[in-house]
Amino acid sequence: MTYSKRLDGRGFEDIREMEAKVGVVKNADGSAMFRMGKTIAYAAVYGPKDLYPKFLQDPERGILRVNYNMMPFSGMGDRVRPGPSRRSREIGMVSKNALLPVINLTDFKNAVVDVFIELPQTDAGTRCAGICAASLALADAGITMRDLVASVSIGKIGDKLVVDLTYDEEAIKDMDVADIPVAVIPSTGEISLLQMDGIISKEEITEAIEMAKRACVKINKVQVDALKKKFEVKKNE
Amino acid sequence: MSNNHIASHVEKTLDKGMRYDNRKLLDFRKITLETGVSVNAEGSARVTIGDTEVLAGVKLDLGTPYPDIPDQGVMMVGAELLPMSNPKFEPGPPSIHAIELARVVDRGIRESGTIDTKKLCVKEGEKVWMMLLDLIPINDAGNLMDAFGLAALAALNDTTFPKFDSETEKVDYKEKTDKKLELSKLPIPVTVYKIGKNVIVDPLTDEEEAMDARLTVSSTEDGKLCALQKGGDITLSVEDIKKMIEIGIDKGKELRKVFESAK
Repeated sequence: MTYSKRLDGRGFEDIREMEAKVGVVKNADGSAMFRMGKTIAYAAVYGPKDLYPKFLQDPERGILRVNYNMMPFSGMGDRVRPGPSRRSREIGMVSKNALLPVINLTDFKNAVVDVFIELPQTDAGTRCAGICAASLALADAGITMRDLVASVSIGKIGDKLVVDLTYDEEAIKDMDVADIPVAVIPSTGEISLLQMDGIISKEEITEAIEMAKRACVKINKVQVDALKKKFEVKKNE
Repeated sequence: MSNNHIASHVEKTLDKGMRYDNRKLLDFRKITLETGVSVNAEGSARVTIGDTEVLAGVKLDLGTPYPDIPDQGVMMVGAELLPMSNPKFEPGPPSIHAIELARVVDRGIRESGTIDTKKLCVKEGEKVWMMLLDLIPINDAGNLMDAFGLAALAALNDTTFPKFDSETEKVDYKEKTDKKLELSKLPIPVTVYKIGKNVIVDPLTDEEEAMDARLTVSSTEDGKLCALQKGGDITLSVEDIKKMIEIGIDKGKELRKVFESAK
């Protein structure tokens, strides 16, 4: 069976409507919101700050911690039980690895930067939206970075590769669905997150990554615009 | 400055009838209220009071009733003090602060009788709706209790039941019915703080930390009290309590107007 028309009518390489805002949590040193369609991610950054207990400190480089959490009412159907789960801990870990390559850790030796990713509303692609928001929040906090990180999930539905799956697409029953979250460092095209579940050929995965790179250029533009919006100097001021 | 210095500075400022943000002692900051902020929740609301921002969301699950009340649904309120919202909040199981916030909001709603739990019964002794209300801060700049209380009421009022198929006995969350959760009363908590000889509402974080005692007063629109909670380890006189209850009821009316105008 072929997937000839997307459930929400988007083109195969179209990302859902995006919205980004920097500086959404006043208490935090840096923060951002990133929305892809109905998936909303908040990220707040605290630090660099002292790390205790002291034996966790690294005199050579700073430490980045990333915590991923879905709010209890954020998902379709059952309430998400509060607190860490195996899933949320793994996503926190891969999100951290997706962000680390752009961060200059030697800037904050012995110290820690905490990133909290919170999802008030979800419709698939949560780790991708989380990474997009987190890289904005890190930039907002003034952490030295060589680039932002953009992220999107590529799906294979039937024999078709599509950009930015929704929950409904992930749940399609009469065709095989593969889900491939990818994070890209836009200036170099390097990949800092790659996961896949489903069945896919070698050729298709290469094509999927190329699609992700193209999509991430668009995402990066939304991110940069949001950052500029916060820091632009108004002419009459 | 240490906490003691901040506390004495706050107290001296209040003695002059002033606050850090130019408010009067019994004024709230600007309040906004918005519902339907999380589409997968059966009901949701966002409340901001000044720089404090909170979300409340309701999920409706099907479950089995408690054996001693087989004809009544279940209501549960939880609060998660996200480390995102305040650097002082740590990850981990709910702190005593989070538990108190959730339980006081819960008592106001439960004891006012605004929700008829009998109407949450689907099949006596077997299937009832479990109404799970979660309170989440986005940014804590003081007075989470009152923000949670208002957000909770608004989220409940926003709640619609998903479709229940009585043949398969399953819930179709995608299909929302036009059946709303009915609220017969409008309970609103207002927390009144005592700092030195001053009494204030809607504290900033520094004012919260300078408190001697506080009294949360949950009242309904008929002026009846439905929950009280004294906090802090300094005593209140009967005169204090009388005054604080008056203020709580009075300010509750103000917050209820915000709720009504957002409906």
